[in-house]
Amino acid sequence: MDSLLLDIVIKVIFALLFVAVIMSLAAYSVLGERKVASWIQGRVGPNRTALPGISAIPVLGPQLVKLGIWQPLADGVKFLFKEDPLPGHVNKLYYCLAPCIALVPALTTMVVLPVGQYMDGDVVKPIILANVDIGILFILAFGSLGVYGIVIGGWAANSKYPYFGGIRSSAQMISYELAMGMSILPVLIWANGPNSGLAGLSLFNIVESQQGMWLGVWMPIPAFIFLVSLYAETNRLPFDMPESETELVGGFHTEYGSFKFGLFFVGEYAHMVIGSAVFTILFLGGWNFLPDFGIESLHWLSDPWALMPNWLGGPLSVIYFIGKTLFFVFLFMWVRWTLPRFRYDQVMTLGWKYLVPGALICVVAYAIIIGLWDIAFAIDQTPAIVE
Amino acid sequence: MADSETNLVTINIDGNEHSVPNGMNLVDACESVGVEIPHYCYHPKLSVAGNCRMCLVEMGMPMRDRATGEPVLDDDGVQKIGWMPKPAIACASKTMPGLHLKTKSDLTKECREGVMEFLLVNHPLDCPICDQAGECRLQEFATDYGRGFSRYVEEKNVKPKRTKLGPRVTLDDERCILCSRCVRFCDEIDENPVLGFTERGSYNTLTCFPGTQLDSNYSLNTVDLCPVGALTSTDFRFKMRVWFLKPTPSICTESSAGVNTEVWSREGVIYRITPRRNDLVNDTWMADTGRALYHQVEAENRMKSFRVDGNRASIGEATQRVRELMSVGPVAYVGSGQMSVEEQWMLRKLAEVEPGAVHFVYHQGEGDDRLISKDKTPNLRGGLLTGLLKTLPETHLHALRDQLEKGEVKTIVCFGEDLVKAGIGPDLLKKANIIYLGSHRNDTTDIARVLIPTLTVFERSGSFVNQQFRLQKFAQCVPGPAGLLPTTALLARIISEIKGDAYTAPSNPMLWREMGLAIEQFAGVEFAKIPATGLELDSSAFAQLPFVEEKGWHYEPAAEPAGAESSAH
Amino acid sequence: MAVKVVDRSPLNFWEKTYMPQVLGGLKITLDNMLRPKVTLQYPEERPTIPDNYRGVPTLVRDPNGREKCVSCQLCEFVCPPKAIRITPGDIDDSDENAHVEKRPKDFEINMLRCIYCGMCQEVCPEEAIFLQDIYSVSGYSREELVYHKAKLYELGGTLPDQHYKWDRKKEAEEKVAAGGHH
Repeated sequence: MDSLLLDIVIKVIFALLFVAVIMSLAAYSVLGERKVASWIQGRVGPNRTALPGISAIPVLGPQLVKLGIWQPLADGVKFLFKEDPLPGHVNKLYYCLAPCIALVPALTTMVVLPVGQYMDGDVVKPIILANVDIGILFILAFGSLGVYGIVIGGWAANSKYPYFGGIRSSAQMISYELAMGMSILPVLIWANGPNSGLAGLSLFNIVESQQGMWLGVWMPIPAFIFLVSLYAETNRLPFDMPESETELVGGFHTEYGSFKFGLFFVGEYAHMVIGSAVFTILFLGGWNFLPDFGIESLHWLSDPWALMPNWLGGPLSVIYFIGKTLFFVFLFMWVRWTLPRFRYDQVMTLGWKYLVPGALICVVAYAIIIGLWDIAFAIDQTPAIVE
Repeated sequence: MADSETNLVTINIDGNEHSVPNGMNLVDACESVGVEIPHYCYHPKLSVAGNCRMCLVEMGMPMRDRATGEPVLDDDGVQKIGWMPKPAIACASKTMPGLHLKTKSDLTKECREGVMEFLLVNHPLDCPICDQAGECRLQEFATDYGRGFSRYVEEKNVKPKRTKLGPRVTLDDERCILCSRCVRFCDEIDENPVLGFTERGSYNTLTCFPGTQLDSNYSLNTVDLCPVGALTSTDFRFKMRVWFLKPTPSICTESSAGVNTEVWSREGVIYRITPRRNDLVNDTWMADTGRALYHQVEAENRMKSFRVDGNRASIGEATQRVRELMSVGPVAYVGSGQMSVEEQWMLRKLAEVEPGAVHFVYHQGEGDDRLISKDKTPNLRGGLLTGLLKTLPETHLHALRDQLEKGEVKTIVCFGEDLVKAGIGPDLLKKANIIYLGSHRNDTTDIARVLIPTLTVFERSGSFVNQQFRLQKFAQCVPGPAGLLPTTALLARIISEIKGDAYTAPSNPMLWREMGLAIEQFAGVEFAKIPATGLELDSSAFAQLPFVEEKGWHYEPAAEPAGAESSAH
Repeated sequence: MAVKVVDRSPLNFWEKTYMPQVLGGLKITLDNMLRPKVTLQYPEERPTIPDNYRGVPTLVRDPNGREKCVSCQLCEFVCPPKAIRITPGDIDDSDENAHVEKRPKDFEINMLRCIYCGMCQEVCPEEAIFLQDIYSVSGYSREELVYHKAKLYELGGTLPDQHYKWDRKKEAEEKVAAGGHH
């Protein structure tokens, strides 16, 4: 009993830590967004918010202020203390529900997200809340639930622009869901292919299978299709059809303000962070340091963490993973402030006419290639992990 | 000169033929056909001095052979023009058949540039502080005909800057261009020769003769006459630049002379009154006292709110109270010569609805045989024409007083007349219900039960009939105090309150259509078409009435034999 | 007009994917990101105001301390948004500037109306009103932002005078007074 209780307590603490990290990453992504936008536009960005006390520390304090470190705090406090209007013409239940529905799936997906590894004796184990072997399916399933928040929000707001935003969002999600799902298939074929054993759909296994080569390098087209679909799924530019300020005022959240809007906002960024993490896991070798090209003597290159003591290797793997993730978060922003928004028909054309067929071709092509690889180099190797 | 009006001759100005009256002054003749000849010293109502030389033009006559008198023709068979070798001043020339003028020739231009340069040599650069700026002939002609630059580098003359010539006129001698218009005005029109030039050459200075000052009641006309800013009105001095002021045609209410005026206002504030030319009434003159009348608009004792029994009330409460008081007992009306014809007509309509005798007060005072008559109201004759009066009123309301004493009158509706001054004691007045419509407070307003504030002549439009039985319009110059209605509208409200029917504010054209039908002398008169110079009405019905007005500049009492020309000068 | 023929050759495969353009765009924004920032940190850093800058209109005094405005009201007349309102007044004979005769009793500029066009400065015959380098105007009420004469002179200060028109006039008067007739 004791060990079970301890297990639960540890899991809860762990979960809370996860939520804290993801949420603060989301919050600081907002800051990052503003900073990146300013830099690209030749500006400085938020550099005024000061926290009494800490900002008085010489050298460091002003430097933090200059970086805008305290801005998310101020924003959060503002969202909390603003008047929370409830328009008279909305469907009140769904109006209030929508922001939660937008945020919850983003946070739920992190349950199956491995973020690093540690050694349990000689066995490499993932740092993960729940190492389910259908991880990728779980993420796809829950990730696409996020659209309900937008659609319900748009509908419940009971005014035309939010409604348009909601409709657009649902159509866009369905279109890109397909391409996204299919672009992962080559990854899964690989992960369950030549070099692996009984891993199934576990994300940890996918990472482990990329020690030889990051999949993004030799599967660039599926990676690209996945990335594009990810942008569409997270409603980021150039696919932010549901918001589309110039056409739809603010899209689905036109009628929202204060804390509810804040939830939408954080949800979008949480989605973005999770999406980047998933991309890192699927195509960028997760926390693997560098590819070892399958050469045994170079194994330390791909998995240096295993050689370190747990107290060092574990956190370092996590940090390295977060670093890779943050690069993609940055890419999100970089793209946002570079590319203009697509026209809606272009979004549909791109999704249905190029990405879906492209993904299909990739599935077939990589299945054949991996099949041939399997036949040619079928080496009876012990799988990296044994569950 | 009378026949010259009908004799048209053809003159040629800058190659264009124009038909103008024979013997007319050339400056006026050119102006009448739209050709400007710049001039300073010439004034149509003054004698010709010819000292400014600004109106120099080239003149010529068709050439005739000296011996035979035959026309001299050129090669094309057209009669040659014998141009005078030197330019001549237009103001001292009269039109004659075949006269040729060059007003735009190089010589003419050069003359004007030269004259302008000499005038500007000693003229100070005062325009920023000069009240004349904006209506200054020197400014205008310097722009239109001047050289555009100065070659003068020496020190300018120094002369007295702030001489008080009289109680109302301030002289800035440096600005004077010595046109002598003011001197001639005092001499010829005012017949009070106090102004003159002393010293010589560039020392030439305008002054009053020793022991005199420019204190005539017509002294401010010199300010109007002055083409530059030398003579300025002490009242208007530094008050407002003229380019902000909007002139509105009005009629002076000082006396029954009906002097035509222009009221200059900006954003609802009146700054000055000047005469408006009407050769049949006041030429281009008016008295100084009439120019000060605009002060009544912002006077201390101006009434601005409706009052019932001493308390502030709305217009509705006031008219309701008027109806109640008028139904108490016999009503008497005290009309006024300050009311416009339209208001008198509305009063007549009220007197028909609620019958009662209409009394007037004959305000008699000093006249000056010029533009101030003995009748101190502008529209007593309107009362006669509208039928309010059958005969001339008394100077006091003794008849009404007697009726009051006998208790034959319970309610008096009074239009701006101070009944106490008109001879009814306050104690007696307190026995009656006084309904007072007027613009200012006086002894009577203290007693009145209902006070209805009215607009001054500057705040409403209408028409007066002056001593010549000349119907003249005045326009609204400034908006009245908030909430105040024209007296015609007030009377219409009272009438509809008594009758109990719907109220519509009457317009002046509407009232004139009614009057045109009802009153013989007004037949065919349309309000909009009353000319700016007025409309002379048929006065034969009143020829026998002993009006108090004596002979003025443009008025002959009908009772006297009308032998002389109406113009005294 | 000369006809310019624009190259409309069909796109090749690579161009049709738009990727070169996308990558080019990303490069441009990346370059921008690494470039020095152009932001002026306003309250701490102030822009350098050029001499011909049109800031808040102010009234100036000449080096002798005489207020130059003679309330000719030309600026009031020319002001397109009608921001200026002058109450003219005369100068008392006992004043040392009595020879100027006229000065504003009050001079109001409604800074909420002013459009900083500089027409008042251009039209002023006495060179008394200048749009100087003040660009930051704030206040808590509308009344506060109607600047009156005292405030306008305070803002304007003293500017050099090239003419000393009125001083020369006074000199001439004094010379005449001392020398008799002229």
